Amino acid sequence: MGKKFLLEHVNVTGIETLPVYQSKGGYSSVEKAVKTMTPDQLIDEVKASDLRGRGGAGFPTGLKWSFMDRKSDKPRYLVVNADESEPGTFKDRYLMEKIPHMLIEGMIVSCFALGAKTGYIYIRGEYMYIVRILEKAIDEAYKAGFLGKNILGTDFSCDIYVHPGAGAYICGEETALLESLEGKRGNPRLKPPFPAIAGLYACPTVVNNVESIAAVPTIINLKADKYKEVGIGKSAGTKLISASGHINKPGIYEIELGLPVEEFIYSDEYCGGIWKGRKLKAVVAGGSSVPILPAELILKTSKGEPRLMTYESLADGGFVSGTMLGSGGFIVMDETTCIVRNTWTFARFYHHESCGQCSPCREGTGWMEKVLHRIEHGHGHMEDIDLLVSVARKIEGNTICPLGDAAAWPVAAAIRHFREEFEYHVKYPERVKDPKHFEKEPFKSEKVLTAAA
Amino acid sequence: MAKVTIDGIEVEVPDGTMILNAARKIGGELVPPAMCYYTNLKDSGGKCRVCLVKVSAGSAKDPRPMPKLVASCRTPVADGMVVQSKSSPEVLESRKAVVEFLLINHPLDCPICDQAGECDLQNLAYEHGASNTRYEEDRRTFEKIDIGDKIKLHMTRCILCYRCTYVADQLTNDRVHGVLGRGDRSEISTYIEKAVDNDFSGNMIDVCPVGALTDKTFRFKSRVWFTNPLNAHRDCPKCSGRVILWTKGNDVLRVSARKDQYGEVTEYICNECRFDHKSMSDWTVEGPRHIEHNSVIAQNHYERTDLLKLKKEIERQIEFEKGVHLPPEPSPKLTE
Repeated sequence: MGKKFLLEHVNVTGIETLPVYQSKGGYSSVEKAVKTMTPDQLIDEVKASDLRGRGGAGFPTGLKWSFMDRKSDKPRYLVVNADESEPGTFKDRYLMEKIPHMLIEGMIVSCFALGAKTGYIYIRGEYMYIVRILEKAIDEAYKAGFLGKNILGTDFSCDIYVHPGAGAYICGEETALLESLEGKRGNPRLKPPFPAIAGLYACPTVVNNVESIAAVPTIINLKADKYKEVGIGKSAGTKLISASGHINKPGIYEIELGLPVEEFIYSDEYCGGIWKGRKLKAVVAGGSSVPILPAELILKTSKGEPRLMTYESLADGGFVSGTMLGSGGFIVMDETTCIVRNTWTFARFYHHESCGQCSPCREGTGWMEKVLHRIEHGHGHMEDIDLLVSVARKIEGNTICPLGDAAAWPVAAAIRHFREEFEYHVKYPERVKDPKHFEKEPFKSEKVLTAAA
Repeated sequence: MAKVTIDGIEVEVPDGTMILNAARKIGGELVPPAMCYYTNLKDSGGKCRVCLVKVSAGSAKDPRPMPKLVASCRTPVADGMVVQSKSSPEVLESRKAVVEFLLINHPLDCPICDQAGECDLQNLAYEHGASNTRYEEDRRTFEKIDIGDKIKLHMTRCILCYRCTYVADQLTNDRVHGVLGRGDRSEISTYIEKAVDNDFSGNMIDVCPVGALTDKTFRFKSRVWFTNPLNAHRDCPKCSGRVILWTKGNDVLRVSARKDQYGEVTEYICNECRFDHKSMSDWTVEGPRHIEHNSVIAQNHYERTDLLKLKKEIERQIEFEKGVHLPPEPSPKLTE
């Protein structure tokens, strides 16, 4: 059993209430931070722990905190990004629903470290029931003296507010989130200036993912060295993986970074293997925005080494033979999956969610969706496949925010690794008329596609 | 002041100038095209991605290149910055790509669109685009509506540059219209049709780079290259009263604000000047307007060339094509 920093007490009855949470050691990091440590020491501790952003980009959290503009006398803000809209990811929902106090504790410590007096939790509108849970927990924290004025008798005051979104994936992008929080259209801003200099209301702001903030109490309590003992290389600590798809035990798993992918998929402690006795075909390892990988490349790198669940190992091979850990939305596909249909579904999502500001993403996502629709339904032409690769390449890098890249990568990766399947759809349109065309007979190609079952 | 090198030519500009404006100071072919940027509208720019350039050295202090192509209309210069515009094949590729993307949902309306001949998208596609399209799918469509009393909105032609929303926001006190919806279904709209009635709303027509917002009083009257543009003015209490009259013989077909060489309006005019004074006697005509020789409108146009001014400008061009430094500007610019 791996170490569990976040979900250790998740099944204790009443852990969502403050008394039970406190009885299991909760809020001890608040005491330690505000009474015995300085903000600079806290930032150094988080830096030393090698904690990386758990929202998808994997940017070192301590480094992001150190960018906060200290010289300006404008008020500072901490914004927690709970707009979990990346397809395949549902870990933040679990964390906030079951142990809301862990997030609040993390926020109080982080606000103290950053010198912020106000914290906002921007949560997606679809999670309205969690808004109620969070508000209740925040209320309990105020009553117990962990929020509000003069926390625990020090001169540190902090307020936390919950702000629901209204159903836009683009508002998970940090600058679009700030625009939405300010009440405007959720259109991403141009960077620079970065939010750490001019963010919410043009004041220094740090935007972090729920899981990143929830990891802070553990780092403060155990200290950075002990936190870093878990993990490998620059991937320290634990990560919540939202495993879904054709596996026997889908759900949320807290894994130590460094776990081999094969063990994660097949061992009974985690996903329990592919369901119905089928074989693995492909995996999307970190939410729909990361490149899809076929079975042989997800279990081993292109050099033949076993792949581990870390930022570095999954990215080994770049985009040619690697993927990214991303947000940890681990989608497993078996041999009856149609990759073309899956790519079309992802393209439909990005087309629907593009904000429409910049031309490449606004037009390009619609174009890719329409071409993929034609290919999947049997009206494709051979040139369409190269057209998709060309469109994806033209969107990448030319957009304001990474949604354009996130829309282009799955299409480019699917064609790179599964081109034969696309060509099959073009050559035999009558065979793909049934939406479940591979369920009766899985797609077979000349290349070896299956892994050890 | 900061020294910037664009395509090998160095220019010195005040700190905080955008790369696009520095390139415009040099002039010529290396100026990146711009579809959504407007110099006097705050917050405009950065959206259409046509003006992307490559910054191969960030500044003298930090000479690392910028990892992605940047929008030159929203990136301020730094001392010692090295920029590549048309000398970089990557930049030319991305320009072609953006033109292709702008054209896929744009309807083939040129034969019936009033903006033909002075359309930024036509010029852009002509200079930077491909000769045929690869897009075979359906295009998104909208109904034509009257967004103001005398302004027609063709949302199908709109490229979502947001310029009209900025003009509406910044010239008036109320929030009159904005963008509804998301993605390629977003539309410029008011909540109620014909609700835009403030006195400077007609400037939306001048600011729109394509034929999405057009003047209803000029609709289908004439092709713009058959008209004669004249500079004129009148005494107006509300605005400067300095306009362009687009005439055919003795008829004033259209009145619009004066634009500089980059197609940007320098002085906005009120609706009364624009729509309500269509007879020659209302105006004091100053003389024929100078039209760039490569514009379609110049084909029917006669003006007296100021030969001395032309000679000085040619000498200036030769001077800096030879060397690396831009000599000081001789006298007021070529435009009003």
